[in-house]
Amino acid sequence: MTAVVAEHDDHHDHHDHGPEKGILRWIITTNHKDIGTLYLVFALAMFFVGGTMALIIRSELFEPGLQFVDPNFFNSMTTMHALVMVFGAVMPAFVGLANWMIPMMIGAPDMALPRMNNMSFWMLVAGVLLLASTLFMEGGAPAAGWTLYPPLVLQTGKAFPFAIFSVHMLGISSIMGAINVIATIFNMRAPGMTLMKMPLFVWTWLITAFLLIAIMPVFAGAVTMLLTDKFFDTSFFDAAGGGDPVLYQHIFWFFGHPEVYVMILPTFGVASTIIPVFARKPLFGYASMVYATGAIAFLSFIVWSHHMFTVGLPIAGELYFMYATMLIAIPTGVKVFNWTATMWKGSMTFETPMLFSIAFVVLFTMGGFTGLMMSVAPVDFQYHDTYFIVAHFHYTLVPASVFILMAAGYFWLPKWTGNMYNEKIGKLHFWLSAISVNILFFPQHFLGLAGMPRRIPDYAVQFADWNMVSSIGAFIYGFSQLLFVYIVIDTIRGGTGEKVSDEVWEDASKHSLEWTVPSPAPYHTFTTPPEKIPTEHF
Amino acid sequence: MKKTKQLLACPVLMALGLGSAHADYTLNLTKGVTQLSNELYDLHMLIMWICVFIGIAVFGTMFYSIYHHRKSKGHQAEQFHENTTVEIIWTIIPTLILVGMAIPATKAVVDLDRTQESEMSIKVTGKQWYWDYEYLDNGIHFESHLDEASERVHRVSSMDPRSVPNYLLNVDKPLVVPVKKKIRFLFTAADVIHSWWVPELGWKKDANPGFVNEAWTYVDKPGTYRGQCTELCGRDHGFMPVVVIAMEQDQYDAWVKATLDKQNQAPDLSDQTRNSLMAHGESVYLKNCVACHQIDGNGIPGWFPALRGSAKVTGNMDQLIGFIQAGTSKMPAFRKLPDNELAELITYIRNAPALGNNVGDEIQPNKITPKWDDDE
Repeated sequence: MTAVVAEHDDHHDHHDHGPEKGILRWIITTNHKDIGTLYLVFALAMFFVGGTMALIIRSELFEPGLQFVDPNFFNSMTTMHALVMVFGAVMPAFVGLANWMIPMMIGAPDMALPRMNNMSFWMLVAGVLLLASTLFMEGGAPAAGWTLYPPLVLQTGKAFPFAIFSVHMLGISSIMGAINVIATIFNMRAPGMTLMKMPLFVWTWLITAFLLIAIMPVFAGAVTMLLTDKFFDTSFFDAAGGGDPVLYQHIFWFFGHPEVYVMILPTFGVASTIIPVFARKPLFGYASMVYATGAIAFLSFIVWSHHMFTVGLPIAGELYFMYATMLIAIPTGVKVFNWTATMWKGSMTFETPMLFSIAFVVLFTMGGFTGLMMSVAPVDFQYHDTYFIVAHFHYTLVPASVFILMAAGYFWLPKWTGNMYNEKIGKLHFWLSAISVNILFFPQHFLGLAGMPRRIPDYAVQFADWNMVSSIGAFIYGFSQLLFVYIVIDTIRGGTGEKVSDEVWEDASKHSLEWTVPSPAPYHTFTTPPEKIPTEHF
Repeated sequence: MKKTKQLLACPVLMALGLGSAHADYTLNLTKGVTQLSNELYDLHMLIMWICVFIGIAVFGTMFYSIYHHRKSKGHQAEQFHENTTVEIIWTIIPTLILVGMAIPATKAVVDLDRTQESEMSIKVTGKQWYWDYEYLDNGIHFESHLDEASERVHRVSSMDPRSVPNYLLNVDKPLVVPVKKKIRFLFTAADVIHSWWVPELGWKKDANPGFVNEAWTYVDKPGTYRGQCTELCGRDHGFMPVVVIAMEQDQYDAWVKATLDKQNQAPDLSDQTRNSLMAHGESVYLKNCVACHQIDGNGIPGWFPALRGSAKVTGNMDQLIGFIQAGTSKMPAFRKLPDNELAELITYIRNAPALGNNVGDEIQPNKITPKWDDDE
């Protein structure tokens, strides 16, 4: 009798607990960790594709005059760089982190909808590949900027319908990912894991998922209207038929502004997860961080026209969007003060994830300052569409979102692989990145204020010096990221050889559940719910 | 060698954080030459200093903490968190600062909007890729293209941009305005969205096809002020600068008279030598055709057809004249090109070595018979 039960258990283990063998494992997987890995690897690859495009841009801008590329290809590069980085690198990277970490952080065995999870990943790959294929089509890839403003975007060649279809696919993929995150968080939390006990990364992703569900259909609608304007004789955006090109901008930015917060809210979540661990203190204001995230998400829906101050808004519109935009500074300030207060009187150590997180707080705040400057509508009549805005949003994306993604990589790699990364090379990667990113983007503030418009392939000679400095920074930054690839591969293959504990970081298990499972995390975790929920942030 | 020198100069420049060989080198926003632009500059500086001050406070606290509260110094972590008083304070103080910023900002928004009671109006139309200016009060109307020197240099990569004065910031016909007069601008566009920006005037304004936007200026100081298109408008977005020359009233009046005289003058249709036709033809080509058909006449495959070896260009001359005047769905109709310029252009495109064509003929201005009736 006993023997029969044991045999049954063995069989069960074999059938259920291991991944498929070979390549098929990755294609048909429904395991949240496998899908998380797929997302992260894909995002890293796209980070280098988008980065290569950025280096083509910076090479052309190294000196005045046109040296390497045709202006139209240059415009394609600025467009594709943005689309690839936003939809191919940063968003998928955070979805990857969500897949890996959310179930482990809330004590769930997997995502709520595992098959849809697989589908949303492969749809993303298809969407990005379709987008990339437009580079080889007659007339070139879209060259109207990532905002795809009409009427200019309607001048795109053969690539136009393909680009729009790829946007649809990316949108569907994002919506499926978002539904999965919401379903998981609402239904799969371990007993005792109340909403206000969830780690902030989970909270920020919950709010981000709602943003995604609200905005992706809007974007899909906007590009579909472009499609019918081009092929089916509608005139949504054509004045000659009673439409208005500025209508597109309103619809786009109703999507676009929350979209940029889709890339920054999970960033806040990771930073709020990492800083307390290395400060050895609870997060200063857990509840106010949750409310601030909610407030930022709400505000993101009612400020869209601050991207359009010079488009010819009525004065009431200018004033309303200026005041509403200025308000964002308050919850954002709360966040920055919170991180600072969390470090205050802590017992800090400075491993690579902490270094990246501190750099994030400082450099993101600088991006916030320029954001505040541009919220002031009348002065935006000078800043708008210059390198000043280029500097602003790159500060809020590169040393913010991208730095935090790197921090997340270093923070959780030991948990994912069971091996420790090489701290020396990690720190080298950090210092090279932190210094070069400022050489790259800080001079762009000067260029913008001095009068250099964005999206131009060639410029007047008084802009030459800072462009050259910026390009040098770009190359240092770009090539230092190869160190990260080296570290990831090295860590997967054994890293320093040191066997990491379940907790990895000192007292990390007080902060979040993922540090209570073995390192590397087994293929299935929390098949039975955890008994104890960390409550330290209370 | 030049590049090596520049490369070497870079770290030095970075270390100094200032200084350059260029006289008009700048790190900050211009104060501009209008009351409005000065108001915006002051607002810009005010907010920048507020940001600097907050930055010093926040980063100062953070770095103090990073230096003192570290484990390697044996600092023990305190476990405090959640303090309602502190959280209310750090919500209220920023709110007050924002209110303080919003007051002068609101005043500036109102000032920007004050387009009424202007003394003259200029209609500005953005086109791919030049500006079209129409003085609504006196009928002056002209196009303003990138100047020939910049046009040549940016299209031929071996030429040095530094050899051209005001590279990419110069035009063939600048916009001329009087000082100390309230001028209203009306913006629209013919094809895609453009944006008209002169930093010294303090603002930019989008030119939207099918709609009219307004803005105003009152220039205090005579001078030449340069800007660019700031809304991505296609391939040559970077090559449609704005130049505004502000003059004293009497000089401006003289300019208006001279310009009107020239505008109303019938074009000179007398015969020209072949060299003269070719030389003028190149200018006409650089202004009207080069953006699409390119300096070497190769066009852009998939976008714009080549003129080099084109049967249309080198074939029947009458058909070519009709084609240029009528335009196509993609090419604008050049009906307004006067006969002398059309003759020069046609002679040039059929025979220019730069375009690889050599038909060996020419056409004189008086031989151009109207192939297109404007009333049609």
